Amino acid sequence: MADEDLQHAQVPADKPRIGVDEWVAREEELRLDQGLLGPVRLFVARVPWWTLLLGAAVGGVLIGAIVDDEYFLQVGFDTLIYVLLALGLNVVVGWAGLLDLGYVVFLGVGAYGFAWLSSGHFDIHLSAFASVPIIVAGTALVGLVIGLTSWRLLGDYLAIVTLFVLQIFITWGNNGDDINIPFVDDPVNLTNGANGIHPVDSFDLIIWKAETVKDYYFLALGVALILLAALYLLNESRTGRAWRALREDALAANVLSMPVNRLKLLAFVFGAAIGGLSGTVFAASQNSVFPADFNLQKLILIYAMVILGGAGSLPGVVVGAIVINVSDRLLTTPENARLIFYGGIIIALLALVPRRRWGPYWVAGIAAGTVAFGFAVRAVVGVFWPNGVDGTLPGEGSLTNALSHWVLVPTDPFDIGRYAYVLLVALVVSLTFIHGIWRRLLVAPLIYLAACVWENVLVAEPATTRLILLGALLVALMNLRPEGLFGTARVEVV
Amino acid sequence: MLQLRGLSLAFGGLSVLQDLEIVVNKGEIVSVIGPNGAGKTTLFNVITGLYKPDAGEILFDDQNIAGMSPDRINKLGIARTFQTLRLFLNMSVKENVMAVQYGRTRSGPLRSMLRTPGMRREEREINRRAEERLAFFGERLMGYRWDQPAYSLSYANRRRLEIARATATQPKLLLLDEPAAGMNPTETQEITGLIGQLREEGGYTILVIEHDMHVVEGISDRVVALDHGVKIAEGSFEQVATDERVIEAYLGLRTADTK
Repeated sequence: MADEDLQHAQVPADKPRIGVDEWVAREEELRLDQGLLGPVRLFVARVPWWTLLLGAAVGGVLIGAIVDDEYFLQVGFDTLIYVLLALGLNVVVGWAGLLDLGYVVFLGVGAYGFAWLSSGHFDIHLSAFASVPIIVAGTALVGLVIGLTSWRLLGDYLAIVTLFVLQIFITWGNNGDDINIPFVDDPVNLTNGANGIHPVDSFDLIIWKAETVKDYYFLALGVALILLAALYLLNESRTGRAWRALREDALAANVLSMPVNRLKLLAFVFGAAIGGLSGTVFAASQNSVFPADFNLQKLILIYAMVILGGAGSLPGVVVGAIVINVSDRLLTTPENARLIFYGGIIIALLALVPRRRWGPYWVAGIAAGTVAFGFAVRAVVGVFWPNGVDGTLPGEGSLTNALSHWVLVPTDPFDIGRYAYVLLVALVVSLTFIHGIWRRLLVAPLIYLAACVWENVLVAEPATTRLILLGALLVALMNLRPEGLFGTARVEVV
Repeated sequence: MLQLRGLSLAFGGLSVLQDLEIVVNKGEIVSVIGPNGAGKTTLFNVITGLYKPDAGEILFDDQNIAGMSPDRINKLGIARTFQTLRLFLNMSVKENVMAVQYGRTRSGPLRSMLRTPGMRREEREINRRAEERLAFFGERLMGYRWDQPAYSLSYANRRRLEIARATATQPKLLLLDEPAAGMNPTETQEITGLIGQLREEGGYTILVIEHDMHVVEGISDRVVALDHGVKIAEGSFEQVATDERVIEAYLGLRTADTK
């Protein structure tokens, strides 16, 4: 005690005190404060939780009330479904720390369950008011069974087993139209195979029935808000603390009074129930269930949301789901995709401004350099290889027009675009090995090359581009902030 | 309070504990000493239910707890700290002490989500006990440190938090696995005083593994020496410290005897 006091006395108050844990605390504060999102993170950490929820509610209702465009409402609805799924996955992965790669199964069980109990498939037309509780309970039971594997399997082993469960489910969905069930004479058509079950009843809560896209948007919004509040309260309780303790050190948790196996099952059951619930809303809103709705890509997308937002953080997971799904939708047209691409470059440049006196000038210099470099290269190429600047860019609008005077657009961009793509990847990789001024000088050509590859190859193939961009985004983020946008930094000390 | 009767455990062909007989009476502080690999930590693992003994009984308040699950054993009143420090590093200091009260509380998920009056009362009680346990260490784990993640604590404070966390489960018997390991002389002295204080204020019976003989001398009512899973000596510190077999276990045979 005495030693520590002495240390406090000798070091001036405004200097960090090395070796004293207060110093670590300040470092934490700094980390929270960093970057463009810093103020937002500080705000989120400081206001009471219900004001955030209220803000989200007001925002969500306003969007639903103002927007009348069906497409936008559909995007909003899909985003909310992803929010639900990400919240459910967060319980299993973010809190309990169980790597469940079969999570989409629960969405599927919920959706098929709704199709069985509320459609013409078996000619059972229960109202959602009756069928949803049954389905949620049923999905929870499925979660319980799958969760049993987590008693003996941990980490990557659990991941592999649950991934297999997902594959089994997909196969079952595709081939489930001809199933032999013991003691039933004829084969039963459970899933109607790849053709799916169609149509499905709408979501009927007896006093209110969801019919339009707008109805479903508000339905999903209501479910998401209630779920957020419930999960926040759960996290700040005995059960939530036990889940996190289990994630941190299962053995210590077990020795200190926590029944780890029961807690693991409980996490799986909660995740599954949330997945099942979103499955019912999902099936009702799209009026059909197809096995293709529950694939690996959807799983990856949900994981990306949880990881990007910050596993374990409720606001983070919500933001992650919104960012990924909305940008995913925007990327489907060349004009919007362009806005995201160039906007992303500008944001990245701003975020990387060195904290030095000349920092902003460097960035301005790089931006100007990139523009000048582009025109110069185009002029030179135009002289030696006229075809190289003679093509047309997909899309329209003034940005497209301006860009077509800046990037290289060969008349036949296909082959050359691919070589440029390989060159781009090589350049990015080599950039991580160079330091100092050479690195800064290389940035302008790199951006220009990226723009050329983007305009000639990627914009033309939106389906691939989305995934490539998503991957690049995650790689970049995991390097800068491994804990995600809103997550808290975790340490692993052995 | 705790009686080990003929406790044996083998990993494959390696016998780790052999026919161990140890008795710990209520209110006693008993130290377990022995060279590395003597089976001291394994003994703790068996008592807390992490390993099942191959043979023998572990009687705690006359109930055989051998083979029970760790969480049940903890609920009966045995808590431990870990030699290697196993805190919930990414949870806050206070949450560490709150989380382990799981076994002593009852509110399920549904009541937590609805924030029923009973649940809130329980939560206040958890909070109060956490603060009380942390206050045991004076100012060290108080105030702004409550909300810091456990990984930001210094090594000595982590050891203190381990003890606070173990006592928060309201045990009758406290197993401390090398509480002074890695501490400087001042801190070691402080820990020595603290262990005595734990018994006086908390009324715990304490079984402690320790390598630092000054600590052992300072705190123990009785000392048990283990070597290769066998009890080789038991008695007061002086008796055990001068025991031929203990000296032999630590230092090897005298040269005269090896010829």
